[in-house]
Amino acid sequence: MMKDYYFFTQKMCVGYNGKLLIRDIEIHLKKGNILTLIGPNGAGKSTILKSIAGQLALIGGTVWMGKDSLQDMKREELAKKMSVVFTEKIRAEMMTCEDIVATGRYPYTGKFGILSEKDYRIMDEAMDLVHITEIRDRDFGKISDGQKQRVMLARAIAQEPEIIILDEPTSYLDVKYKLEFLSVLQEMRKKKGLTVIMSLHELELAERVSDQILCVKGSYVDRIGEAKEIFRPDYIKQLFDIEAGCFDEENTSMELEAIKGEAEVFIIAGGGTGKDVYRRMQREGTAFAAGILFENDLDYPVAKALAADVVQTEGFEPITEALLDEAKRKLDSCKRVICCKSRFGSLERVNEELLAYARSAGKVIEMECNTRMED
Amino acid sequence: MEQKNKRRFRYVIGLILLLAGMLVLILCNIGIGSVSVPIDEVVKCFAGSQTDATIKGIVWDIRLPRALSALILGGALALSGYLLQTFFHNPIAGPFVLGISSGSKLVVALVMVFLWGGAVKISSGALIIAAFAGALLSMGFVLLLSKRVQNMSVLVISGIMIGYICSAVTDFVVTFADDADIVNLHNWSKGSFSGMSWSNVYVMTVVVLITVIMTLFISKPMGAYQLGENYAKSMGVNIRLLRVLLIILSSFLSACVVAYAGPVSFVGIAVPHLIKSLMGTNKPIWMIPACFLGGSVFCLFCDLIARTVFAPTELSISTVTAIFGAPVVIWVMAGRRKERDE
Repeated sequence: MMKDYYFFTQKMCVGYNGKLLIRDIEIHLKKGNILTLIGPNGAGKSTILKSIAGQLALIGGTVWMGKDSLQDMKREELAKKMSVVFTEKIRAEMMTCEDIVATGRYPYTGKFGILSEKDYRIMDEAMDLVHITEIRDRDFGKISDGQKQRVMLARAIAQEPEIIILDEPTSYLDVKYKLEFLSVLQEMRKKKGLTVIMSLHELELAERVSDQILCVKGSYVDRIGEAKEIFRPDYIKQLFDIEAGCFDEENTSMELEAIKGEAEVFIIAGGGTGKDVYRRMQREGTAFAAGILFENDLDYPVAKALAADVVQTEGFEPITEALLDEAKRKLDSCKRVICCKSRFGSLERVNEELLAYARSAGKVIEMECNTRMED
Repeated sequence: MEQKNKRRFRYVIGLILLLAGMLVLILCNIGIGSVSVPIDEVVKCFAGSQTDATIKGIVWDIRLPRALSALILGGALALSGYLLQTFFHNPIAGPFVLGISSGSKLVVALVMVFLWGGAVKISSGALIIAAFAGALLSMGFVLLLSKRVQNMSVLVISGIMIGYICSAVTDFVVTFADDADIVNLHNWSKGSFSGMSWSNVYVMTVVVLITVIMTLFISKPMGAYQLGENYAKSMGVNIRLLRVLLIILSSFLSACVVAYAGPVSFVGIAVPHLIKSLMGTNKPIWMIPACFLGGSVFCLFCDLIARTVFAPTELSISTVTAIFGAPVVIWVMAGRRKERDE
């Protein structure tokens, strides 16, 4: 059965200086799979990656690439199959970006490291792929951290690996390059069957790009599996021991700490019109109630995270009279009402009724025009 | 592509400049001195048509061997410094500041005093071996320390202290040794290129040349090592082997210098930096020959000054190399500070 896998570990135990940190790690990857390690700071993601890359001696177990055990493989052979990008800053004195990328060709050049035309062609391709061709002649010490990260990635690609190990490769990249980086990985996987093992802090990226996710927590692997098995309600909060605020696994987004206490404001919203107002209330420190929301509404997860109280109902089901009464009761105890909707759909007529009730009850009503939706 | 050629052009020009400087300085070193030998007389000497035996003697027996040893030993010293800087990832490492030269000096002095005391004639090969043993001894201390302290300035300070201890013991030995050759020993322990015989020059040429060629063969892994050990490992470099080779080659080069010329300061630190700025690169394959030539030029120049400026009194070579080398070290440290602040 193990023959089906291109890269796998058996009872891999990792640690520093002979001290065991994480035990019995079982990874099984097919060629072209992308595995992402997530977990809190200091949980041992880098230790696992460094152990896989052969930088740290294994405390126990075996790492296999096909039929070969990594420990028995020759360094030079491994260098042609595996390349790495670490988080450590490199001290490159008087080296241009191109010089750095050229070091990726190390396993392929001769005794004196003279680059051939073919080497230059491969370097050009790698630099093109991560868009650093314009800065190839700049001094590596004088470019931004994000540019450095892309140069290091180009270097790893120029090494023509079958498997690439990346430790937090996106930490300094802006959103454009984050997306581009993931596209590059997908392209390399499609074209060359590149297998990827990396650690990411961005859970939303991990969810989108990974075939498998491995959750590291302190001294053990907590879970390993596909995104849908990992991003279960409340799991991330537990994995990271989140205390302030909360994480919405459904949308891989996070919200700050809710303002608790008696609701002062009742917010009528739906269809994504309320999010900004909820968050403004949170910033101002005002406790609020939200309603009436369908559970599949865009506003619902935000309201759930931030509101002191939410009046909700199942998605695609009509809102019942009983629920309206409950909403009215909650609205009664609020001083102000904010309505984020200028028109109501036929299934949310009840909210219109609720607004009319607030008016007749003499509440202060603020209409919030949601510009984000109109754009 | 164009940029690539432009850079290669700069490297080649740099090497040619160094080579030209070296040739000019050799001629100066031969021509200038208490007896001035005009250039055409020098040429006559080489052509074999020189009839004046005095001039022939001055050129062939005194000045040419001295110039050649400054050339070879200066190059060895600069290269040794470059290897150590690569090894420690530290721009202010060098055989002198790390106490390696002084370690060699101590062992050589001990061997000289005790074996000369027993009236045994020592070959220069034996002196090299003694110096090498001393270099490795100091290097061992420095390496032990470098495992315990990560801080580079502490390491350098420890090296300087080791140097002082070795020098103190050497002075002690030299002071109380009662031998007719003690004057010679005293001069040697301060560093000087004077009194080199042709047989000395032959031996040092062969030994240094072989070492330099070996160094060229580790230029590729050295380049990878510059990115840091982790990356070097991921490229397939055998780190342990490379580190051992760097230590042995650099110790051996500096040992050669000490065996013949005594300790010479600052060449090992200063020259690699000057050369780096001249060449605009830190690639070992270019830096190794350039550092060698640079060290030659630097030592030829300094020896010329040591010999001629206060003639007939001769300065010790370290006095002159320190005057020109120490400011370079200060400049490097100031530059690094600025870079870190940015």
